[in-house]
This record gives sequence, C-alpha cells and structure tokens, in this order.
Amino acid sequence: MVSFTPTEDQQLLIDTMRRYALNEIRQIAHESDEESTPQMSVVNTGWQMGLVPSAIPEELGGFGEMSAITGVLAAEELAFGDLSVAMHVMTPALFAYPVTLYGTPEQKETLLPMFLEESFAPATAALLEPGVLFDAHNLKTTATAAGGKITLNGTKAYVPLADNAEWLLVYARNAESGVTDGYIVKKDTPGVEIEKRELLMGLRALPTFRVRFTDVVVEESARLGGAAGCDVNAILSRGQVALAAMAVGVARASYEYARDYAKERVQFGKPIAQNQAIAFMLAEMAIEVDSARLMAWEAAWKLDQGADASAEAYLAKQYADQMVLYVTDGGLQTLGGYGFIREYPVERWLRNGRGFPTFDGLAMV
Amino acid sequence: MTINFEIPEFLVQQTQMVKWVAETTMRPFARQLDENEHERPYEFIQMIWPILRDQQKAALDKLQRPADGDGEKKRSRPSTRILGTMLLIEMLSWGDAGIYLCLPSPALGGAAIEAVGTKEQKLRLLTRFAEGDEPVWGAMAITEPGAGSDNSSITTTAVFDEETNEWVLNGEKIFITSGKLSLEESNGLVIVWATVNKEAGRAGIKPFVVEAGSPGVSIGKVEIKHGIRTSDTVTIVLNNARIPADNILGSAEVQASRQDKGFKGAMATFDASRPLVAASALGVARAALEFVKEKLTEEGVEIPYGLPYHRLTTVQRDVLEMEALLKAAYLLTLRSVVMLDAGEHNSLEASMAKAKAGKAVTRITQKAVELLGMMGYSREWLVEKWMRDGKINDIFEGTGQINTLIVARRILDYSRHELA
Repeated sequence: MVSFTPTEDQQLLIDTMRRYALNEIRQIAHESDEESTPQMSVVNTGWQMGLVPSAIPEELGGFGEMSAITGVLAAEELAFGDLSVAMHVMTPALFAYPVTLYGTPEQKETLLPMFLEESFAPATAALLEPGVLFDAHNLKTTATAAGGKITLNGTKAYVPLADNAEWLLVYARNAESGVTDGYIVKKDTPGVEIEKRELLMGLRALPTFRVRFTDVVVEESARLGGAAGCDVNAILSRGQVALAAMAVGVARASYEYARDYAKERVQFGKPIAQNQAIAFMLAEMAIEVDSARLMAWEAAWKLDQGADASAEAYLAKQYADQMVLYVTDGGLQTLGGYGFIREYPVERWLRNGRGFPTFDGLAMV
Repeated sequence: MTINFEIPEFLVQQTQMVKWVAETTMRPFARQLDENEHERPYEFIQMIWPILRDQQKAALDKLQRPADGDGEKKRSRPSTRILGTMLLIEMLSWGDAGIYLCLPSPALGGAAIEAVGTKEQKLRLLTRFAEGDEPVWGAMAITEPGAGSDNSSITTTAVFDEETNEWVLNGEKIFITSGKLSLEESNGLVIVWATVNKEAGRAGIKPFVVEAGSPGVSIGKVEIKHGIRTSDTVTIVLNNARIPADNILGSAEVQASRQDKGFKGAMATFDASRPLVAASALGVARAALEFVKEKLTEEGVEIPYGLPYHRLTTVQRDVLEMEALLKAAYLLTLRSVVMLDAGEHNSLEASMAKAKAGKAVTRITQKAVELLGMMGYSREWLVEKWMRDGKINDIFEGTGQINTLIVARRILDYSRHELA
C-alpha cells in the first residue's frame, strides 16, 4: 500500500532531529566552518541521540534494527542543520553498519560494543582515493593475500576523522580477483600513515585526511565478512542513498532560507518574491527538493525490503547531485550580493552542495 | 502508517490487463490513426465502452441506494480509486495518448458534475454514460480565443430567460477535447463555463451543462494538431443556445454562500485532473524511454547502474538522466494521487506533479528522437509521434508555467493579487 507518511516513531525522530538541527547545529555552523574546527559538544549531543546504536541488533546490545528509511529521514534533518556536523555524527556508521550487515560473528562481537558507548566511537572508513578518475569497482588500493596474511597498499582520500580514529574500514581491490572488499584495520598497525588534512572548498568543519597504507599486514580474519566477504554493491547503494538524503537536507536549508528572504527583501517597492523571476526559481527549487527526497525514500524503502536497490540508489544519487547544485545556487542567487557574503549561510550551502558527486563513501544508511 | 511504495497486487494485475488492451487495441493502430487525423479509434472504443459503462452504472447504483442505517461503514484502509485511475491512464498513454483521450466517458465533464452536482443532477446527467450499446462522451469547455490561462476573463454569457425557464448561452469555446464526440457523435454533454455577470469577475462565472441536441449549439472548427491527432479537438459555438434551468452546477447567485461550490468547486477539479494529466505524460515518456533502451540493447549498448561518470558514454548518461527524470515525475505524481485518495488537500502537490511531468515528458521524448538518429526522426517508428503527443501534457490543464505559478503562490503563501 503506497504511503508517504512516516511512522509515529520516525516522526518523533524527525522532530527531535529538526530541533537539534535548528537550535544547536545551526548556531555553530558558521563559526565551525570559518575555523575549520568541529564543535565537539554539539557533535556529541548528536552522537548521544543514538542513531548508530539504534541500528545495531538487540542481541548485540543495540536497540533495534537497521532501517534505511529511518536513516534517510535522520540524514536529511542533520544535513538541514549542517553537512559537516551531519557527516561527523554519522562517521562511525561508515564502520558500524557494514560490520553489522556483513561482519562475521567474531567481528560483530569484538567491534560493535564500541558503538554502544556514550562517547563518540573512534571508527571511520576509507573508500575514496586521490586523483581525478575514482572508481569504487576498480580501486587502486590493493589487498594481496599470502601465507595466511593480507597486505594492503595504496592511498585513500577524504577519510573523515582519521586523526582520532582507532579503527578503519579500508576498501581495497583484491589483487587476484579484482573484487572490492572491506578490511578492518587498527590505525596503529605498522604502515598506516595519516598524511595531511584535506583542504576542501566546503565541508570545512569536518576534518578529513589523506591516509597512506604501505605494506600494511593484517590477518585474513580482518576481511569484512571473512571468507564470504561483503556485498560491496549494497554498501555502495547505502552510501548513495545516504548522500542523496543529505543533499536533500542541504538543498532544503538553502531553499527555505531563500524563500523566507525573498518575502522580506523589498526592492522597487515590493518583496522580490512578488516577481515571477524569483517566485518561479523558488517554485522550481521546491519541486526539485521534493523530487530528490522521494527518490531517496523509494531507494531506501527498497533497501529495507532486502531487494536489489542498486538502480534506484544510483538514480537517486545522480539526481540529487544535480538537484543540490541547482537549488543551492538558486539560494545564493536569490540573496544577490548578500548571498556572496560569508555571514549569510547560502554560500556555505552552495560550497557544500557542490561536493556531492565527489563524496563517495562519506555517508551511509 | 509507514513510508511504502508498494502498489497493491490487484492494481498490478489490473495494470497488466490494461497493458494487454494497449498492446492489442492501441499500439497496432497508433501510426495509421496519426496519419489519418480525424479517424476514430473504433477497436479501442468498442473494447472499452462496455467496461466503462458498467463501472459508471455501478457508481450510480451506489448513489441511488439508501444510506445504511449504521451510517458510513468505516473503511479499514484508504481508498485506491484514484491510484487505480492514475495507473490506468499511465498505461493507456503508454499505448497511445491520442487514442486514450477518445475514452468514451464523462471525462472532465463528469468530474465537474461529481464535484459540484446535486444527487438529482448526477443521476439525470450521468445515466447516459451507464447504459446502452452506443458509447457516450463528455467534455469540458473553458478556453476561449481571448481566455486561455486566464480563465477568469471568459466572455461567454449566460442569461436566464424567465419565460421559458431556460439559460441562454452566447459565445465561442475553443480547444474542446472530445467536443465533437460529445455533442455530435453521441448523446453526450459538455460543461460550459459562462458568466452571469461580467462586472462580478470570477464570482460571476458558473459551469453549465450543455447536452447534445440543445438548440443553438454547433461545432465550429475541427483543429489540426502537432500531436494527439486522434483526439478530437474542436470549437463549440453557442448562438442563443438554450438549456434547462436545472443545468447550472452550483448556485446562480453572484454573491454565493460559502457552501456554494460553483466556480471554486469546478476549479478544484483541477486538483484531481492535473495528476491524471501528469499520469498520461508518464506513460508517453515511459514508452519512449523503454523503446530507446530496447533499440540501444539491440545495438549492444547497455545501460549500467553504479558506474562513475567517467566510465559512462554520453548516450548512457543521457538515458540515465531520462530515467531519473521519469522517476522523479512518477513519484511526485504518485504522491499527489495518494493524497487525493486519502482526502487530503493536494493543490500544491498536484501542480508540482503536473509541472514536473510535463517538463519530463517533453525532455525525455525530445531526447529519444535525438538518441535514435535518423530512425528516431522517421515516421517508420513511433518515437517522433510520442514527442509530438507528449508535448500536450505540458500545455493542457494549465501550462507548465501556470502550474509553476500555482506552486510559487502556495509555497510563498501569496494570493493571485500578491503574485500575478
């Protein structure tokens, strides 16, 4: 039966997240962006709302089950607050969710307890690689098996919070089969080197790093899912859906701000929103935000059905990539000269919005 | 409630049946009918009339039954009536949009009667759609040469003749879908919007039911069109046309009471009709997209999901973009329809869906012609026809611009005076 109404629990979550986004995240977003420094008290509040533990099964000590729909609803609200904070709060999920979904019993037992703690879980994941042409199905980072051990070599880019992480989920290409797999790596393993912090156009309040792996040797049991491995396509789909939902959040922030501004700003004796040139741009923005949201929802719903959602997830992400650029550009344009000034948030939303086609592996539901 | 995109099984099955109708009575005749503009799609009409007639009969029988002593039975789940209609129209338009518009039914005329008419009017006016072997059509006449998007500026007049107890209508209505089928080729009817008092502006505009055979009514120009050529589009001339006093929908009073649903009620039918125009757009767009993918597959070009941009060819990227666009339009339409079924106010969502679907079908079909090269442009295939057919969905029931304007007013909370 078709329905667009979240459950009561989900609606409660949306309301809570929205209050957090407006009352806490928005208050620090500008300063954090200017100083390229996360505001940990706000991040911790977000972490303690328990999104990640609620996706971990009860038998492992969590409070629920993984729901991509719940994930996208929360992701949109967090990103509506600020994209850096949203990704920061959800960075541990990049490690926890694949382990929950595909980990061996030992991997789950040893690794998942850290996500049930009150303190922010020191775990992240490394997918993206430096360079112009990135392809998750043909990674440059390699995993070579020999004598019961696996050796990792390569460089990863945009690894969020790698500096404070203790655990990394590293995606690499099996040197023999060419298949992409995940490898659980302790950061203090010899050969793991946190290089420079990335300097990006946006996402400034989220520290991300270049990480180099030089002959990093791990046990065979470090492979996510053990001998069976993981479903990397499903992991990528979950990433695409999460990013699509965050793009909707960023776009909605810009659209709503521009809409309200256009009704206040008077030129030629009337609010600029009373000109069709502005009103139509805002109407198109509203339609595009809703379009992308519904696509993310549909893909998430399909994931929750346990079905192959790779087409829906990919299309949702591709659509959202373009949508968020169009909408955040429209937001800046609506504010004219003020839009270009950093004291107004719309330019930050445009800088953050432009990054989505590049953000592979930076979010997950 | 929970977020869910699953179409109920009985509607999936209904859609499969409709697909069969489309494949057997629409697609095989689509080209021939397009090339012979004013021919009627008899195979389709004959197949579909008994079904629609019996559905209408069931609806009228239900209306006539005295209400249950217990009052309305509470439904255990929300209605799927309009969702079913959306899927029906989508699939019929996938078959052929021009033929679909020849559906023998009360169409928009019926929607206005349903929305505004009294029980007596519904029974008296709609029974013709529920009986007999001869198909019957209905139509809606709003547009005039000087009143297109601005339908508040219509000049057709209605004057009450107390001596004969009749309304006397004068004016010219254009672009009437199925106008000739309704008034000349069947015992149908047309809803004509006319003003009882020009000074009163909108408040003076009322919908009137003009039945086939009314004196002073004639069909003028029969239009020749870019697309949907099978659909009948005509001018209706009202020259001292006379209709019974009871054929006004809603009150005749200019200063109508709040309960009067005349003008506003008829306008509200747009909230129901726009998602269905969007549904038609989706069907045409899907036909074109599926055909493009099929032909590309024959040429060895597959459409992959999951590859980074740099590993896609331009053609693959175009097709993926078309697919995403269609999905966006589909989901917006689905939302507006589900809201209608739930009895929620959907004016904003209906216009969003209509604007998006009109734009999507235009883009997708135009792109399809391009992607298929010389064969896309050739009349040997239907792609060029789909491009011509699809475009109407961005025009009738409010152009893309009018629907964008409605979206803008809604999101900004502006009246038509604040945002003209």
